[in-house]
Amino acid sequence: MNHLSQFQIFLLLTVLKIAIVLVITLTTVAYTVLLERKVLGRLQNRWGPSRTGPFGLLQPLADGIKLFLKEDMMPLAVDRPLFILAPIIALSCALISVSMVPFGAQTLFHGVDLFQVADLNVGLLIILGITSIGVYGIALSGWSSNNKYSLFGSLRSTAQMISYELALGLSLVGVVLRAGSLSLRDIVNSQAHHGMLSWNVFGGCQFVGFFIYLMAAYAETNRSPFDLPEAESELVAGYHTEYSSMKFAMFFMAEYANMITVACVATLLFFGGAGTPFGHLFEGIFTHGFIHAVLPILWFISKVFAFLLLYIWVRGTLPRFRYDQLMGFGWKFLLPIAMVNILATALALAFHG
Amino acid sequence: MQLALFIIFGLVAIAGALNLLFQRHPINSALSLIVVMMSLAVLYWSLGAEFLAAAQVIVYSGAIMVLFVFVIMLLNAGEEERTRGSRIAYIAGIPGAAAIFCLLSFVFLSERKQLGTTQLGGYLSSAVSNITGISHILFTSLLLPFEVTSILILVAILGAVVLARKEL
Repeated sequence: MNHLSQFQIFLLLTVLKIAIVLVITLTTVAYTVLLERKVLGRLQNRWGPSRTGPFGLLQPLADGIKLFLKEDMMPLAVDRPLFILAPIIALSCALISVSMVPFGAQTLFHGVDLFQVADLNVGLLIILGITSIGVYGIALSGWSSNNKYSLFGSLRSTAQMISYELALGLSLVGVVLRAGSLSLRDIVNSQAHHGMLSWNVFGGCQFVGFFIYLMAAYAETNRSPFDLPEAESELVAGYHTEYSSMKFAMFFMAEYANMITVACVATLLFFGGAGTPFGHLFEGIFTHGFIHAVLPILWFISKVFAFLLLYIWVRGTLPRFRYDQLMGFGWKFLLPIAMVNILATALALAFHG
Repeated sequence: MQLALFIIFGLVAIAGALNLLFQRHPINSALSLIVVMMSLAVLYWSLGAEFLAAAQVIVYSGAIMVLFVFVIMLLNAGEEERTRGSRIAYIAGIPGAAAIFCLLSFVFLSERKQLGTTQLGGYLSSAVSNITGISHILFTSLLLPFEVTSILILVAILGAVVLARKEL
């Protein structure tokens, strides 16, 4: 690699990182769907998908082939450009935000970090910004479908996402105050000193912020118990009623990719990212070699996986909110608590920090 | 390369602004405005103002324009009718716009020493952090205007609530 210039190495590695992260994310999306169907099945005392491959492991592949080969129906009265644009916006916004996530400990190779696509000093703000752009995918899909159920679904979803974005953003301020930075790498490093005890959710006393974030994130991703935009009993399928084939699959993938992003961000901000929970206890065992490099990624993956399981568990347990309850919960409960949390964190930092 | 990025997104911003004027359906115009705002965010970033760029995306494209689109969808606004427009628009509008353009370019060109210069796109390759600087200025020397602005916005919110709920 010596004959390549610094810029060429950077370009090559970045393209490679983007490709790998995309492939891994999309595979995870496919298998999260299978995980959800399996776990939901077990929660309801049935098997879930079990016929395709061993334990139903080839089910995502079969679903993918089915969705690819289905006829792409386009109703006559839709607004064509926006109807096609909407799922693209939804999926690309969901996938872009994964690029800010540091997956492992910082490992520099010719000046390029191997386990993070882009380390930006305003990384957290960029994730929030991209999430807020993702609203357009859902809003436009409902409007361009020219169907009242779709429109209702997208109106509900837009209102819900705008309302919960406030609580979501404010719940993160406590973490940013503690870390003193908006870069995700710095936020992870600020929790790396004493293992589990210095994670923001335990040692940082940000558990209030964590629960606000968790609930706001469920609402942001339109997941149960906040899945009013696609409430089957009232709105057929909500904003994607008129979509079929690959366009429907793109919305479906966007929803699960958003779930994964939200789980990653929760891990990074409140659970120490790729850091070990044991701190310096077992420090001398793996000092170098393959396991030393891979262990942080394993911690990260297991934390994200735990969040995904929690998502599915909540979906299998809680009933759906009513619309006015949803709005009241967001504005009258989560928002004031988030502000009190900011105030308390700022005061504590001013007196002890 | 940074210069190319600047020029491309500058052109995209201008094209979006023109499309905003020429589109007949309000939702297409609103979407063009979003394109303009996003490309402005890229321009801010290439000039070294990454916080401003992120705030532009979150506040303008992510919150204000979503409300615009929401209202257009809710009211189900139809296509606008083309009219010839008023005479005054043709007589006063074009010379007025040209005069403002000339005035602004004159001011910027004659005061370029005082305004200072920035390196076009030079900040994209070497990361600088100006968040600390912005927050320091906002919470020390500009604290009073900052707080007064937030109270003003609070008053506006309360006014909107009072207007919306007559039976309160």
